[in-house]
Order: sequence, then structure tokens, then C-alpha cells
Amino acid sequence: MSELKQTDRVKPVIDNPWQELRRYTDARIAQGRTGVSLPTKALLAFQMDHASARDAVHVALQIDALADQVKAAGYSTIELHSRAADRTEYLQRPDLGRRLDLRSVKQLQEYRQKHPETVTVALVIADGLSSMAVQSHAAAMADAVLTRLENRGLSIAPVSIVSQGRVAVGDEVGELLGAELLILLVGERPGLSSPDSLGIYYTYQPQVGLTDARRNCISNVRPAGMSIDAATEKLVWLIDESMRLQCSGVGLKDQSVSSVALNANKNFLLPE
Amino acid sequence: MTGYSATAGQQRWQFTDLKELLAKATPLRSGDCLAGLAASSARQRAAAQMALADLPLKTFLNEQVIPAETDEVSRLIVESHDLIAFAPVSHLTVGDFRNWLLSDQATSEILKQLSPGLTPEMVAAVSKLMRIQDLILVASKCRNETAFRNSLGGKGILSTRLQPNHPVDDQAGVAASILDGLMYGSGDAVIGINPATDNYAAVTELLKMLDDIIGHYGIPTQSCVLTHVTNQIEAINRGVPVDLVFQSIAGTQAANESFGINLAMLGEANQAARELKRGSVGNNVMYFETGQGSALSANAHHGVDQQTCEVRAYAVARHFDPLLVNTVVGFIGPEYLYDGKQIIRAGLEDHFCGKLLGLPMGCDICYTNHAEADQDDMDMLLTQMAVAGINFIMGIPGGDDIMLNYQTTSFHDALYIREVLGLRPAPEFDHWLQQIGITQPSGRLSNTMPATFSNLLKQC
Repeated sequence: MSELKQTDRVKPVIDNPWQELRRYTDARIAQGRTGVSLPTKALLAFQMDHASARDAVHVALQIDALADQVKAAGYSTIELHSRAADRTEYLQRPDLGRRLDLRSVKQLQEYRQKHPETVTVALVIADGLSSMAVQSHAAAMADAVLTRLENRGLSIAPVSIVSQGRVAVGDEVGELLGAELLILLVGERPGLSSPDSLGIYYTYQPQVGLTDARRNCISNVRPAGMSIDAATEKLVWLIDESMRLQCSGVGLKDQSVSSVALNANKNFLLPE
Repeated sequence: MTGYSATAGQQRWQFTDLKELLAKATPLRSGDCLAGLAASSARQRAAAQMALADLPLKTFLNEQVIPAETDEVSRLIVESHDLIAFAPVSHLTVGDFRNWLLSDQATSEILKQLSPGLTPEMVAAVSKLMRIQDLILVASKCRNETAFRNSLGGKGILSTRLQPNHPVDDQAGVAASILDGLMYGSGDAVIGINPATDNYAAVTELLKMLDDIIGHYGIPTQSCVLTHVTNQIEAINRGVPVDLVFQSIAGTQAANESFGINLAMLGEANQAARELKRGSVGNNVMYFETGQGSALSANAHHGVDQQTCEVRAYAVARHFDPLLVNTVVGFIGPEYLYDGKQIIRAGLEDHFCGKLLGLPMGCDICYTNHAEADQDDMDMLLTQMAVAGINFIMGIPGGDDIMLNYQTTSFHDALYIREVLGLRPAPEFDHWLQQIGITQPSGRLSNTMPATFSNLLKQC
């Protein structure tokens, strides 16, 4: 009997001795197990993170605050809205989030009449699925890349901010502004460990109706993912290459060397 | 009179053409509502299912939902149809076909022989009449086995793709997730990375890294870096070690064009990878992912419902004898599959349809944070999929993909379902796990870390 009681008190959770590897990744490694299942502590941490990500989808973008940040960096702004009236409609009707509402179209047409001179670059910021990402990183990202492009003598349209906007809405803005190159910054779908991830989409000669095959994407721009500096290097490389090849998307392969150089940490699974 | 009709009570329901009938008969999902194709009422849906049940299977050989003249997927479906294989069911209606599939006549062997005689639209049609238990029962009779460095899809085998994604493809970060997965017995279907970018040099580094790890530890599995097919062809041409060639595919030519691919490109990739002869027990070299809603998302659905479009993608897949095919069922978001209920049904439909068409079907049992779904929904789908005999699922640390920002099944999840249903990994991989000390002969995990791996921790 006494032996049985002893066994009853054995800790059921088996810890994993490779917890130190967490310094290389935010992935949920070395969580341990009870039987084959997730220990209670890890289970509840997951549920809390899921709750936070669910909430992040529904937080609205503070447009004035973002516009102020962009203006402070020295760029004028235009505030636009997609055809999706609110978040609920945005989530259920992607087609509406890809197009500007009529008022926004008119706004851009009027702008164009007043500024008929040709413009090379248009940068659009859309809230997408994470206003937190846009609020936190879009102004800095816009400033970093536009500064580089200005230094090359490229003309730049005002920065457009689209509420309830999806990726393709950028092409419509670019077309209406008559821009040759379109850069779209968008809040990516929030992950459990990354509610603030910014995506960048680039289109050469944007127009309504283009598919993803005509766009290049840079993903996971956030402090714990790709830095703004690294994203800027990559984007500028893509822009240079697209102007040389006169295309973007599948025809434009990212063969820059920058992202390889980022790999400071080596694969420890193999002998030196 | 053209079209199709059904009468229920006093009311007569009319459907213009085959694609309208299929769309109206589809169980409710948000993507068909978005496309304006869904039934306008529950009664219209039930009536469409009745009309569909009365339709002879032969109808699908005479009426295309998308004309072959303008769509190369339709052409492939028409040209690859095997009339001799079709003969045993050629006299049946869709409704009788359901009865036949569920009957004792439809054994595993018979279903295997029938497969080339079925078109995607026939299979999609019958699935629309089926309940969850029908989808599970018939799928569980289908065994589609494939091989490369191990043997996948046998009875009692449930495999996993170890998915060690990292937001910036950091080698140590990727290695940490690989180690975690191997220690939990994951990775027999493939060790497959979604790279953070399509950057050619970065993709090459990852391919070499996976090849080195698999070689060094003698792991009987295969590697894949899920970049665009053209990148992988280029890698093969430059002598980079490529085991499996991956590509996302869809069920219409226009949707595939939106992915920047066509059938010729896939054929070129398949041939190039086969010629490398890197497999040891087989030479299935392609890995495809699909998912309901992709054609609509690319505005390339031609008025065909999303589930029928999805099954057409399986006709593309089977043309290339793939090692692995999986639907990424909950990834696309609530615009196409609104909640857990819709995701679960879609996942089981995809698995059933793929299996009946002869594919080695797996599933990325997953959801995003903007969908009305949670871990409970995934547990239900995982359990049902495993009962249905799914070939493989994903395995990721804690179920949280920190690069793609969605939740899929974890290493723990795979062990749960293996334990409950008495399933094992691919035999060659199972043997390796025991040899190296990760598992005991019973299949249970060892309680201590094998020295081969614990010694690594001292160095890093």
C-alpha cells in the first residue's frame, strides 16, 4: 500500500530538457507533456494568446494618429475608405475590401485633376486584419522606404491610408494616382505570437483586377520578425529589379542577398 | 425543357444547368454566399440535392461545368477519363452511387479500380448528398499508398509533416523546431518548411540544411521547401538537393494562372525531380496543397461552387502521382469557411473526394484568428479525419505557426490520435525512432532524451 501511494505522488508532467533552445525561436517548443498531452500551464497560455489575437482583429485603426505620424515624417496624406462599411462586412466580403468606395474614387480623381504631373511612386497603408501592426510600424516603414526612393530622384504621391482595406485596394489607388510603382503596407492576420505583423506588397504598373501573380510580398515585418531596415533593403532591391525587368510578381524573382546575411545563428544539429 | 428540376410537395424547383444544380445542392458555406451561388433557402438546397440524386452519372461526361475549350483543367479531366474503369457504375444516378459506395460491394480493391473512371464533378456531386458519417465510412475504405524514402498511407499508419517554420528562416530557429518535432516522433510525411520569402538564396540554404540533417541522422523521410515551383525547378537545375517539389494548385486554369503556374510547368517539375532518383523505396516526388475558396479568391471560379472547384484541383494533382496532397482547410479564412462547423465539413469532404479520386490525402487541420473556430473544433476534425483514415496531418510546436500566423495541429495532437486509435508512423520512420531511442518498442515516447541529441545541447 505504501508503495502505491508513493507512485501516486510522482509528478505526471515530463519536462523537456531542450528549453534553452527557446532563445532561437518564439515557436512553442519544449512544452513538456503529461502522457502525450499538453500540460495545463501550456494549455492555458495558448488559450490566453488566442483570446488576445481574437480581440486584435476587431480593434479599429486610429487614422488621425497614423496620419499625424506620416505627416511628421514629411509626407502629405489622403484618407480613403474601402467599400466594406465596417469590420463585420470586411470579414465576410473580401471583394468589398479590395475596392475603394465611390467617395474615395472621386477624392483621388479630384486630386489627380489638380496634380496632373506624372508621379512614379504611390505608397498605400491599409489596416487589413491587424490595425495594431499598422499603428505600430507603418509610418516608420513608409518613411524608411520613401526616403530611399526620394534620394534616387523618384517623384512620390501623397501617402494614402485606406480603412477596411485589403491588399488589392492598393492597385486601385495606384492606378487612380497614375503611379508607376505601388507599395502597399497592410496589417497581416494576427498570429498567436505576433499580433503586430506588417506585410508589404509591391506592384509594378498597378491597375484594378491584377492578381497575386503580379505582386511581390515581404512578410512578417515587426520587431521580432523582419526589421524595417531589412525590409527596406529587400523592397528597394525588388523595385530596382522591377524597373529593369519592367514587371513584378512571379516574373521578378527575389535574388537579393540580404535575407541570407540575416542568418546569424547556425544550424546546431550538425557538427561544425 | 432544359435544365434540372425537383418537385417537393406542391412546389417545383428549377435549376438552369449543371453548375447551378451543384452549387445549390452544396451544404451552406460562406464562400458560396460571397460568390452569390448558394441556395437561397434551406428548402431550395434540399430540393437541389433531390434533383442531383436523380441525375445519371453519365451526365457529367456530356456536360462540363467549365468548357474544355477555355480551361486546361477541364481538358485534362475529359482526356484522362477512363471509360472502362467507369463501366461498373456507369448505369447509376448520383443518389444510387451514394448507396453503392456505402454498400459492401464497394470494397477497397473495387474502389481503387474505379478511381480513374470518376471525374471530379461526379465525386463532388455525391459528396454533397452525404452526411459526415458517409464521408468518413467511404474514405476509410480507400487506401492510397505512396513512397519516397518511406512508405505512407498504409492501414494503421498516420504520418505527420514536421513544419518548422520561422519568421526569418533563421537556421538555429528552424533547427530548434525540427529537434522538438523529432523528439515527439514527428516528420515521417515530410520535413517541410514554408520559407519566409521566395528569395532564391535563402530557399537554397534551407534545402541544403534539410538535406544535411536527413543525411547525417539517416532519417527515413523527405524534405521540401514550399516555394514557387519555378524556384524549385531552378534549384534542381543548379544541383541543389531537392526531394519533393511543392506547389499550391487550384481547380481552374485561371486560378492556377493566378498562382503563376500551368500544367506544363508542373509536368516539367515532376519530370525533373523524378530524374534525380533521390527516393529509396519509391519515386512519388510531388507535394500539392489545395483549399476550398482559392478559385473564388482569385476571381477565377466561373460560377462553379467552391467545393466542386476544389475537387477539380484533385484531377490536377492525380495527373502527377504525388507523394502528398493536403487541403489547407481552415487557412483561407471566414469569408470562405465561416466557422468550425463549416471547416469540419469541408475538411471531411476534401478528404473523401481526394481519396476516392486516388490521392494520398492529408489535411492541414487549421484555423485563423479571424475565423469563428477554436481548438475544440480542431480536435473534432482531427479525430474524425483519423477515423476516416487520413494519410497525414501537420505537426508544429504547440500548434502555433509563428511564420504563417495560424493554428494547425501540434506534435502532441498527433500523439493523442495515435494513442487513441492505435496508429503508428510510417514503418521505416517508426523503426528509426526506436533505433535512435526517441520511442520505445511500444511506440510510446521514451522518458529521457537520447544521448545523440542531448549532447547537442551542450554545444549550443
